Amino acid sequence: MSHPILSVEGVNKTYDGFKAITELNFYLFEGELRTVIGPNGAGKSTFFDLISGRAKPDTGKLEFGQNTDLTKLNEYQINRLGVGRKFQAPSVYAEHTVYDNLVLSLNRPRGVFASLFQKLDSYHRDKLDEFLKLIRLDAKRHWKAGLLAHGEKQWLEIGMLLAQEPRLLLVDEPAAGMTDEETHRTGELLLSLAGKHSLIVIEHDMTFVKQIAQNGKVTVLHQGSVLCEGKFDDIQANPKVREVYLGRGKAN
Amino acid sequence: MTFSDSAVIAGIDFRSRHTWGFIAGAFFLIILFPALNAAGMVSNFTINLWGKYLCYALLALAVDILWGRTGLLSLGQALFFTLGGYMMGMYLMRMIGDLGQYKQPIPDFLVFLGWSKLPWFWEPFDSFQFAFFMILLVPGIVAFVFGYLAFRSRIKGVYFSILTQALTYGAALLFFRNDLLMGGNNGFTDFKFVLGHDVRDAATMRGLFVVTAITLAAVYLLFAWLKGTKFGLVQQAIRDGENRALFSGYATAHYKLFIFVLSAIVASIGGALYTPQVGIINPSEMTPEKSLEAVVWVAVGGRGTLLGPIIGAIAVNALKSWATRAAPDLWLIMMGGMFILVVLFLPGGIVSIPGKIRDGVAILRRPKTPAEAVVA
Repeated sequence: MSHPILSVEGVNKTYDGFKAITELNFYLFEGELRTVIGPNGAGKSTFFDLISGRAKPDTGKLEFGQNTDLTKLNEYQINRLGVGRKFQAPSVYAEHTVYDNLVLSLNRPRGVFASLFQKLDSYHRDKLDEFLKLIRLDAKRHWKAGLLAHGEKQWLEIGMLLAQEPRLLLVDEPAAGMTDEETHRTGELLLSLAGKHSLIVIEHDMTFVKQIAQNGKVTVLHQGSVLCEGKFDDIQANPKVREVYLGRGKAN
Repeated sequence: MTFSDSAVIAGIDFRSRHTWGFIAGAFFLIILFPALNAAGMVSNFTINLWGKYLCYALLALAVDILWGRTGLLSLGQALFFTLGGYMMGMYLMRMIGDLGQYKQPIPDFLVFLGWSKLPWFWEPFDSFQFAFFMILLVPGIVAFVFGYLAFRSRIKGVYFSILTQALTYGAALLFFRNDLLMGGNNGFTDFKFVLGHDVRDAATMRGLFVVTAITLAAVYLLFAWLKGTKFGLVQQAIRDGENRALFSGYATAHYKLFIFVLSAIVASIGGALYTPQVGIINPSEMTPEKSLEAVVWVAVGGRGTLLGPIIGAIAVNALKSWATRAAPDLWLIMMGGMFILVVLFLPGGIVSIPGKIRDGVAILRRPKTPAEAVVA
């Protein structure tokens, strides 16, 4: 296995006295697909906030790649390094067309003056066509994104993430509100991305977790730190996990 | 038109009704209207009044690019309008020369305050070029400093509105003071000459009107171009989902700052053209209610539509000109009522009316859902 693309060491984060993250250690390796599960309030979303720059840790180390300190950077700088984030509630530009949503997500110069004179070239047009096919919204490319169904919005946002050509994808509950068939297709898509990209997926739906975890690692968060890590079957069999999480009727 | 539209040649789409509407409007305002005035068919009073409306239209465009296109509701754009007016006013005051009441080589209000020579910062305003430069620079710098601090601290929504309102209110209080040496509550008036022409002369008025109309057309084209660039897409993305834009690698604060400064400069140019045509500029133009009025024009005309703010500025002010003579006590109630009606029943403003009528007719003829449209 190669170098870690993300190293989190001894991270703490407190909100108004509430310990959201406590002494968290987490390593993700290049090309890995990691699933993160945990009961509500386990600190999953705060974990993403810390990586993506929305929140700063009180103490601890957050490193991207070999030696990029994420704690010194803000959201757009971290994104430009190659960290893409998909939010839990689909977050697309409702008044833009599907196509323009993707145009805005392309990995190109994103400064004020660059945007004034930037034109779409044939290379990027082809890329956009590819993404549209991948997320199966080719026929709806001129639709306003706000008119799409919930599942389609989720897919569009995944497409927007891919257009950014990120090295690391942070995916928060991608299957929320999807039908079983859509969920399965989303799982296949995420699996196909592993290897080329590194992914961290937060998910609640255990069928879905089982599908995407395959032989990869699952991390269980509890009260802001890692309860255990391992293969899906081991996690499911772990009595501590059953106690804090699966035992509450979430197991299938 | 979107960024992805390739059927537009050199940014101009001659199949579009908007293009022809623009050409017709520009022809009417820049050529026909002044020509009718020169021929004596449009009164000097009317052309002067319309000159004022067009200055307000520039302010409306400035409000719209912020509020309509970027979602930043500034209640302080009248500040920049008035600053531009003051910069032009300083030049006009110098052009009075010694023709003032006191027959002194410095502006009357300075004589009244006991000054015998010109304060240092007044000196360069003898030059029109300098004044012109200041019209762009002063509001630009004020907007840059305020915007930098506000956007860096991520002040948005209603907090941004309140702060901009406080900014313009504070500036108004400052300009009301005599010791600022900017004319106190009387401001500047009694102008005589602009670039060597008598400001009360009909030909000068006409010339100023034409310059205002050309400026308005130019700003319209600039903003229309901006709307079609990727910058325009980002602007709207910030309005509809700033977080998504931020997490997609866009430094949204930089974009907002750029737009805020651009808006301030456009407002300032409007104010600079306003001063010689109206003949007076004073701090009451800076008060928050003037900024609020500009927001009403934009809402009534149609937010985010470019044409709407211009129509709104002209329509509401034409109504105001009539109402303040016919029923002065009722004007504020009428304006408030109009705003409420538009927000409740016509969120797209005046410019959305033709579309609504067309949609109504289309629905009567054949109902069609978006899903059907795609299948077909």
